[in-house]
Amino acid sequence: MYGLGLFKGLGITMKNLVSPSRQFNIVQYPNRRASPFDLAKVDDQNPISFIATHPIKTLRSLLGLETLVDRMPQHANFRGEEFAWYDRRCTGCASCAKYCPLGIIKIVTGTSGVNQQEGQSYDIDVFDIDIGRCMFCGLCVEACPYDALHMGSGFEEGKYRRSDLVINVDQLKAAEKKPSTWFRPQLTDRGHDPIKGSTADWDQVGRHEKPSLEDQGERWAKR
Amino acid sequence: MSTIRTEPVTINLGPQHPSTHGVFRLRVTFDGEEIIDVEPVFGYLHRGTEKLAESRNYVQIVTLTDRMDYVASMSNNLAYVRTVEKLAGIDVPERAQYIRVISVELQRIASHLMATGFLLNDLGALATPLVYCFRERERILDLFEMLCGARITLSYMRPGGVFQDAPDDFWNSLNTLISDFPNYLDELESLITTNEIVLARTIGVGLLSDTQAVDSGVTGPVLRAASVKWDLRKANPYEVYDRVKFDVPIGNSGDTYDRYYVRLQEMRESIKIISQCIEQIEPGPVRTETPYFIRPPVGETYSSVEGPKGELGFYMVSDGGISPYRCKVRAPSFINLTPLKDMLTGWKMGDLIIILGSIDIVLGEVDR
Repeated sequence: MYGLGLFKGLGITMKNLVSPSRQFNIVQYPNRRASPFDLAKVDDQNPISFIATHPIKTLRSLLGLETLVDRMPQHANFRGEEFAWYDRRCTGCASCAKYCPLGIIKIVTGTSGVNQQEGQSYDIDVFDIDIGRCMFCGLCVEACPYDALHMGSGFEEGKYRRSDLVINVDQLKAAEKKPSTWFRPQLTDRGHDPIKGSTADWDQVGRHEKPSLEDQGERWAKR
Repeated sequence: MSTIRTEPVTINLGPQHPSTHGVFRLRVTFDGEEIIDVEPVFGYLHRGTEKLAESRNYVQIVTLTDRMDYVASMSNNLAYVRTVEKLAGIDVPERAQYIRVISVELQRIASHLMATGFLLNDLGALATPLVYCFRERERILDLFEMLCGARITLSYMRPGGVFQDAPDDFWNSLNTLISDFPNYLDELESLITTNEIVLARTIGVGLLSDTQAVDSGVTGPVLRAASVKWDLRKANPYEVYDRVKFDVPIGNSGDTYDRYYVRLQEMRESIKIISQCIEQIEPGPVRTETPYFIRPPVGETYSSVEGPKGELGFYMVSDGGISPYRCKVRAPSFINLTPLKDMLTGWKMGDLIIILGSIDIVLGEVDR
């Protein structure tokens, strides 16, 4: 019958409109208005006791003033900005700079100091990553032999000037260390998940367990 | 009564036009509504990938291949790394081959979904079927995010395997996707395949006969729609395609409808391939140890895979150094544009858009 396809199509559109399994994952980025029930869920309380204990928050949320962060679910493997760099692990070998397809990592090393992990090494005076040109391929992370450089999980690095997008060594040192588990299976094994907000210190990110002081001595003697 | 004399009018379609799927320009000469001449102009997205490859080492070029066919990066990666492996004589572990096939077939589904969605968009089914396609594509991109941390520019494969094994939660999500997908495809098909408007607009439009298709070097779904049974996965099996069973769907007449329908059936075949791979895959290493700077012996080689758009091949010449002496890409989107003039001449303006859409070009690959 002519016109049947039209009704079939309308039926499918209606099915997609109402069926819960066909719903779109709608995200009110960056924040969505939170109802008292949402706030109670965040606080791990049942809604009635939450309303009883937080009357002001309840009132604010009813007025639409309370918001919650709303994001697409991300995987721990996501490779993004906010590189986690551990200066105590880095020896200044510049493998990352050599391996970068775009040549956006600049490393200047100074006179030798003492690195905790590997004995003698270089002091890193300059470690610039120009993330305005970075394509987040992760080859620098793959090349790092000492697990000093890790990808991050961020994607919201809006700046007013291109020069602000060059991350220098002080910013890298001061940044909160939330390494992505990309190419770092040891972090997955240790239950690290940057999306849930867990941080990792320099002695927790290596592919080997932290050597004891005696082992370090032995290693030192072998050289 | 004598007809009124009309002059042919030349119109520029593009380069900035929503229906040309990128920065593609067509100089079309019309006689009234009828197309009498077509001249494709491209190069607006030329980034010199082949020349850039000469100043990168063999692993760094993987990131360049992502940006050629940016809706099917995985296939580009596979075509490239297979050429390097052939050139340098690197073996690939079995598990890596299975993961490669799974990810490439997922990418094929994603690419075909996008082609189908935009074909419908061009037909005037504005946005609704397109977002249905994109919703399912999004699930595949989520899988890629688990697999390799990125959604579009994946850089997943390396000469000698893939860079890391799939995480545990990937396999669960993949199984869910595979069990859902046939239902989704049935729904998509009931929306399109028997729809009168789609049939009226596509059947018999943009005919490409089998001899014409073969003569102009067309590959992929466009060739198979012209009832030529040629698929590199069957004709020259690579990776583990010889261990899985699948059919090569072909069309009858080579019109726009056949090109759509071949793509839809290929998605079903891809699901079959993935489910067989999941059954056969066994634990093991996923990457052969290769040096940071691969130095293949002096020589040249050509290797190709069946990408979503057609035969995607790389021709590489090595001079024994850390970067190739020459890297030539046989881009299917580019070569599939060859019979464009034959397909378009005689049709109307509205048909031009859907015929171009049914070839499924990606301008990143046409211009490279």
